[in-house]
Amino acid sequence: MSTVLYDAPGPRARRRALIGSVIGGLVVLGILYLAYRQLDNSGQWAADRWQVFTDPPLGQTAEDVWRSLLVTGLGATLRAAAVSAVVAIVIGVVLAVARMAQPALVRVPVMVIIELFRGLPVVLLMFFGVIALGLPIFSGVVFGLVVYNSAVMAEILRAGIVSLPKGQSEAAYAIGLTRTQTLFTILLPQAVRRMLPTLVSQLVVLLKDTSLGFIIGYAELLRRLQQNTQFFGQRYWFQFFVVGAAIYIAVNFTISRVAVWLERRGTKKAAGGVAAADQAEITGTRATGAEL
Amino acid sequence: MDAVIDALPLYWQGFRTTLALTLLSAVIALVLGTVLGGFRVSPVAPLRWFGTTYVELVRNTPLTLVFIFVVFVGPQLGYVPAGFFVPAVIALSVYTAAFVCEAVRSGVNSVGVGQAEAARAVGLTFTQTLRAIILPQAFRTVIPPLINIFIALAKNSSVAGGFFVVELFGLARRLPTTYPADIIPVLIGVGVFYLAITIPAGFLANRVERKVAFAR
Repeated sequence: MSTVLYDAPGPRARRRALIGSVIGGLVVLGILYLAYRQLDNSGQWAADRWQVFTDPPLGQTAEDVWRSLLVTGLGATLRAAAVSAVVAIVIGVVLAVARMAQPALVRVPVMVIIELFRGLPVVLLMFFGVIALGLPIFSGVVFGLVVYNSAVMAEILRAGIVSLPKGQSEAAYAIGLTRTQTLFTILLPQAVRRMLPTLVSQLVVLLKDTSLGFIIGYAELLRRLQQNTQFFGQRYWFQFFVVGAAIYIAVNFTISRVAVWLERRGTKKAAGGVAAADQAEITGTRATGAEL
Repeated sequence: MDAVIDALPLYWQGFRTTLALTLLSAVIALVLGTVLGGFRVSPVAPLRWFGTTYVELVRNTPLTLVFIFVVFVGPQLGYVPAGFFVPAVIALSVYTAAFVCEAVRSGVNSVGVGQAEAARAVGLTFTQTLRAIILPQAFRTVIPPLINIFIALAKNSSVAGGFFVVELFGLARRLPTTYPADIIPVLIGVGVFYLAITIPAGFLANRVERKVAFAR
């Protein structure tokens, strides 16, 4: 679409675009250079700063450092994320079904619960789990993640069900299926399939949110970074930050690619793929608010 | 319950700090994000790359790590933050700008291709097309996701509480020591103040969305 904003360039426009690109490129390079200089001035590129990952001081081996980051740190992050994701999806399905139930006595309280839990910060929920409910730290982290994400998952699933063409449920009722049968055999499977990309990108959010455990004292990746800088010295903060960010970005990027791949696959295969894609676009933008 | 009433002035102070954090960061993120969004649809390739790289890097980084960068790594690079409020605003704005940028970009992309084609056909330039045809229409579509982003920002501002700012969550960490007998009601009180921001804003987003959808 963005290519429609300007014509296929002729010679003059191409020259102008080239000049623009050069200037734009120089500005970007300038910003990068300033950042580089700032880092250089504080000696961040010095080899000994990075040797902490290959030949660390204070009698540690490189293996110790990497083990604390990748095995203990990332391991704890992934463990919390995996447990929370599974539990949140299960509870999310239950909430979504209850949210669509016929009796208002079920529907309304579930709706209220979903709205409340979606509106609270995850870190507050974790803190509540640990301090008020007295959960151990890992369970507290999982508690916060599950409470928030199951509400979000429920909303995503509901959006998926609502977005299905009405003919699906009408046809199901016409051949004599009950409401429950329709929901479980006709609507939910299609909704899950349609919202799969959104559900997967919510997993990225969940994974990122495990880092809130840092604040309440769960020894995940970020806490390990901090412990390493406390051991080796504050002057290694930048190096550990770079490695920590790279680990997070690598993991999340992989998950995001899976989401994109699922989206492509979904639009190609699903019946009425184009309509499905449009709808996912709309509901997708709506869900991004929760995705931060 | 008495504890909650007793702590009301503290709540009010925390609530105001949360609001200040949210509003300030929202304004900065809006400006920064719109500029980046402009980069991402511009014909100048390096700017496009810059925008894309920024969004991809920041979106895949947890907010907590951004806070760590500003608060802990910053001093190592020669940036000594003044107090804890300013670094919190920086971290929140930098993080939120990436999402604003994405909202702006998808808003621009949501305007029908025919609109841009027609504008091109009557001879408008890139700037004119963007300013007179695309952006006014994109603006409408962008509002609901933007409100959602700012709701998330209000919730995200709680991370600042983990980095020494005494906003609502920072307060939540202190209150249990002051009122050890009423931990649960005191923490629920904090939650209520968050909901006082997020729930009305959510309703607003829904209403605006319905209006925009109707107009299309």
